[in-house]
Amino acid sequence: MKNYILKFWQGFFTIMIGMKVTFRHLFIPAVTIQYPTVRPEMPERERNRLYVNMDDCIGCLQCERACPVNCIEIEIVKSIPGEDLGITSNGKKKALWVTKFDIDIAKCCYCELCVFPCPTDCIYMTDVYEFSEFERDNFIYDFVTLTPDEKEEKKKNHEEFMIKKESEKAAAAKMKAEEEAAKKNENVTKSKNNTDDKPEENKE
Amino acid sequence: MIYDWLYNLTGSEMIAIGIQSLLPLYLFILPFALVAVLLERKVAAHMQDRLGPMRVGYHGLLQTIADILKLLQKEDTVAADIDKKFFDLSPLLVFAGSYAAFAAIPFSGAFMGSNIDLGIIYIIAVTGLVVAGILMGGWASNNKYSLLGAMRAAAQIISFEIPTLLIVITVIMITGTMNLYTMSEWQTGYFWNWLIMGGPDLGITKILFIPLMVISFLIIFLSTLAEVNRTPFDIPEAESEIVAGYHTEYSGMKFAMFFLAEYANMFAVSAIVSALFFGGYQSPFGYLGNLLEISWLIPIEQFFWFTAKGVFFVLVQMWLRWTLPRFRVDQLMSFCWKYLIPISFVILLLVGLITVL
Repeated sequence: MKNYILKFWQGFFTIMIGMKVTFRHLFIPAVTIQYPTVRPEMPERERNRLYVNMDDCIGCLQCERACPVNCIEIEIVKSIPGEDLGITSNGKKKALWVTKFDIDIAKCCYCELCVFPCPTDCIYMTDVYEFSEFERDNFIYDFVTLTPDEKEEKKKNHEEFMIKKESEKAAAAKMKAEEEAAKKNENVTKSKNNTDDKPEENKE
Repeated sequence: MIYDWLYNLTGSEMIAIGIQSLLPLYLFILPFALVAVLLERKVAAHMQDRLGPMRVGYHGLLQTIADILKLLQKEDTVAADIDKKFFDLSPLLVFAGSYAAFAAIPFSGAFMGSNIDLGIIYIIAVTGLVVAGILMGGWASNNKYSLLGAMRAAAQIISFEIPTLLIVITVIMITGTMNLYTMSEWQTGYFWNWLIMGGPDLGITKILFIPLMVISFLIIFLSTLAEVNRTPFDIPEAESEIVAGYHTEYSGMKFAMFFLAEYANMFAVSAIVSALFFGGYQSPFGYLGNLLEISWLIPIEQFFWFTAKGVFFVLVQMWLRWTLPRFRVDQLMSFCWKYLIPISFVILLLVGLITVL
């Protein structure tokens, strides 16, 4: 009988304790963040979507090499002499046209390894973390600021320059050869007189 | 009484009765259900340190209206192998059973659906329809979970009617009436005249009644809680065990009917508890109408106190719901048969002895 009443009392008492706890929680401010309207503050060293500031990019390919999952693809074209590409914010002179700078953000593992090697700090992590897409192809981000026509132009320019250079080189080589040939002839004529076997040394 | 006023206004008994019988539904239960569903969700959320509905209206105030609009548009999906007739009848019966209870509940001194002398006994009898409706719905669904839930509901409601009824008889022995209106009138005056404080009769019996009445109140509160299938006694619709119990197969407005019946029941039970032990519609501190000598203010105040007490007990029900985990079936039955019934028997005997002496 005593046990019976004790059990009843215990049941009642423990329910009261539970109700006290829930009543106290009724007045504790909610932990909910109203997400789309109120956003949680991200930590200082957050790692989210990558961004490349193309104005500063010098096309050094260091980020591409650092990437452990090969999600960065860069193509560069040398500029031709006389073209002014401007300077980066920390005073480095740009010498390369970047005709392709694709980051496949779906592949990206947010390791931030590409950020540290960058000599101009142009690739960095932003605080954007909502970038879902319906198409997988939309995850390939193109950062190049040149238009397709410009890209073609730069490539063509470079090729033409290379051909020109090549032809110049060839011409120069030809001229050199001719000169040498002429010198040789001279030497030959000289050697006939001097009996000298090494015309190159003489040329020096 | 509002009935006389309606009779004088319309000049027809039928119209007056018709209007009067629909008044609690449209003026009370539907708005109450709207508020209570939101309140339940908000209380639950804040007890769990969440915010609950926040999008529709200021702090989600219009959430239930949006929900009702959704339920109205919903397709009424009906499984192929159900017993259509009984399946359709069940929500109506459940709601009818819980609505019929409101007929004998005095909302204020001026409004009571039907001033019958059987009162509280009528309420307990007519809520038996709810059991029939639940069993019908569960069985007609032709679904094992529905049937299990319905069986559990029937077993539970019938078991818990016994302690309820024993306490009701105890109260009837003290007050000498079964009519809830007379019972509320008997507890008039200030809050120390309420039955939980031993009733209005002064003397040694008042002091003797207080502990007995407190225990009686606890018993009737718990057993009526079990009768309306609320947590911690919600084993008929235990989501983790039997999907949703007897209303697994229901959707759209039929499901909404069950929901409405549940909230109507919650309030009916709270109203009964407050009418039996807390003076019903009586004000605890006297009336402003008496003070200012405006007689028409008194019924309105009474209605306010009645609603306040009812909503308070509904809040306690919600509070319990978000505090306690669900009972197991055997625990539930042993709680009823081993604890509530013997204790209410002892109280019945003691009160009998006290009233005889």
